[in-house]
Amino acid sequence: MKSFENTLTAQEPIKPLILGNPSFSSVTETISGICEKKETPIWWWIALGISGLLSLNLAAMIGYLVWEGTGIWGLNIPVSWGWAIVNFVFWVGIGHAGTLISAILFLMRQKWRTSINRFAEAMTIFAVLCAAIFPGIHVGRMWVMHWMFPLPNQMGLWVNFRSPLLWDVFAVGTYFTCSALFWYTGLIPDLATFRDRAKNRIKKTIFGVLSLGWRGGNKQWKHYELAYLLLAGISTPLVLSVHSVVSTDFAVSIIPGWHTTIFPPYFVAGAIFSGFAMVLTLSIIARAIFPQIKNFITMDHLGKIAKVILLTGTMVGYAYSMEFFIAWYSGNDYERFAFINRALGPFAWAYWIMITCNVLTPQIFWFKKLRSSIPVLFIASIIVNIGMWFERFVIVMTLHRDFLPSSWDYYTPTMFDIGIFVGSFGFFFFMFLLFLRFLPMISMTEIKGVLPQADPHHGGNSHE
Amino acid sequence: MAQIFPKWFNKVPLLIIGGAGFAGVCLIAAIWYFGSQEYTEVGFQPIQPIPYSHKLHAGELGMDCRYCHSQVEYSRHAQIPPTKTCMNCHVMIKPESDKLALLRDSWEKEEPIHWVRVHNLPDYAFFDHSPHLRAGVGCISCHGDVAQMEEVSQVKSLSMGWCLDCHRDPDPHLRPVSEITNMNWRPESPLAQIKWLNAHKDSLKINPPENCSGCHR
Repeated sequence: MKSFENTLTAQEPIKPLILGNPSFSSVTETISGICEKKETPIWWWIALGISGLLSLNLAAMIGYLVWEGTGIWGLNIPVSWGWAIVNFVFWVGIGHAGTLISAILFLMRQKWRTSINRFAEAMTIFAVLCAAIFPGIHVGRMWVMHWMFPLPNQMGLWVNFRSPLLWDVFAVGTYFTCSALFWYTGLIPDLATFRDRAKNRIKKTIFGVLSLGWRGGNKQWKHYELAYLLLAGISTPLVLSVHSVVSTDFAVSIIPGWHTTIFPPYFVAGAIFSGFAMVLTLSIIARAIFPQIKNFITMDHLGKIAKVILLTGTMVGYAYSMEFFIAWYSGNDYERFAFINRALGPFAWAYWIMITCNVLTPQIFWFKKLRSSIPVLFIASIIVNIGMWFERFVIVMTLHRDFLPSSWDYYTPTMFDIGIFVGSFGFFFFMFLLFLRFLPMISMTEIKGVLPQADPHHGGNSHE
Repeated sequence: MAQIFPKWFNKVPLLIIGGAGFAGVCLIAAIWYFGSQEYTEVGFQPIQPIPYSHKLHAGELGMDCRYCHSQVEYSRHAQIPPTKTCMNCHVMIKPESDKLALLRDSWEKEEPIHWVRVHNLPDYAFFDHSPHLRAGVGCISCHGDVAQMEEVSQVKSLSMGWCLDCHRDPDPHLRPVSEITNMNWRPESPLAQIKWLNAHKDSLKINPPENCSGCHR
């Protein structure tokens, strides 16, 4: 089986991607074992309990929101966009790393992606689900949420195709569909392995249905790999397009500080930045709960993720400084005021949190020693995501100084702003913990494809 | 390894695809037909307390709509005539008719008759008859040929899309203001109508609102 042989050169990797020199069967045993074991690590239960409670809290708060309306949030004129859009952009951004790892790194033949692509894709799907909550609930009258879609109706009501908010609906919808398909296609051979290993009838049936009759025949592999390649090709532009479209929510408006052409690339870099930080957080958590995967997700992987964080963090830092440069260079008083106010005004604290977390923190990854320390990586990954949340917060809070000084105001979140945001984290981790327990968190088939044994030239000496 | 699924399971994907397609078509057809205003609203014909015939009064006798609906050109509502308007004639005409027992009853007790409203608009839609009539929209455009109706029924959907159709392109529904109640009015010729329309729209500055607050105030 020559699965995922996508290297152009015959050059062997200098270091093995997978440590411990596992055999094909031990790969299957280790990864399937996590899901097949009767007893679950106590940490899994504790984490599931906490995240489950937070999800329930989310549901309750959304219920109250439907009942009472968006007035329970801290929004008001002039800050008429509050945490809902901050959280939306935050979660959509997180998802981007999954697509980048699964699609772009696949097309670039970066074999190290195989250890982390499965759960990065899962992360993408759950993050997009979390993101989808916010545009859904912010409309106030949720029972007419279907008006976001171009559905013919007796009112002659039609969506505004010139509005970036509508582009969002399509961008995020496409993104979710493609990510889910990609994830599921990749899962099929592993689901078939689970089916074949299942001991009882119910499990056999469930995995049997899910694996869509996969037998592992030559022809099936051929079709499968072509489908995977095509899906990777389809997903690749999405990495760039989705967050570009999200950035147009701001950039298409005429608010000083928002109406800039740097937004699309800057948002995409930020999205990949935060997404990789989240992959890092989740890898470290998964490694802690299930130590048996440490040979698959090695320090080398974590170091590579840290390098991507360093790169994208620096790009984001460049964008921040370029915004200031253009504000000065444009000679536009309003643009200048927006940025001076951002750095020195009432929300300066948020701005400097953002700079510290997003620009300064990743710079520690220049040092190999810090790149290979689990505590440093874990804390830095969390700091980066805090910073990226604050980035969106800072952008949205540009509104607090609008064109009319008499309406200038400050934004204070209510307990519902905070509760719904924390609840979305609960939901995200709840889904993710279920995924870790019941589905193969690492792609067994792809791991086998990058083992030295899978190389046709492996052990060539004995064939002389 | 024993087989998990019987052989017919191979057909399941095809059945799912076929079934989903069929269900989708049925759903669209059902919404198309049952969800339309034409299905739910058009043809609404409540039973009125007195079997009053528009066909007799407005059609055969040729009474002007505005004899009864007197304020239609000046107010939001077309007005349902009070009993007194009916009695202007019916003290003399068929004063003993059985069908008019309720009318005489209402006249003596000075209690209005409970006519049932046929054309209902939702509360959140603001509608005013007077600007429509002043612009030259004939009664027939929205209410149909009432002069031929024994009992009045709703002939147009009165949906928002229907309102907007005319607000976006009022031309086919405009006529000289003197002809608004004439059920048999036809333009002289298409060319004359176009010439008249241009002059008419210019002089009255006809510009029907299409923004939300035009009707949802």
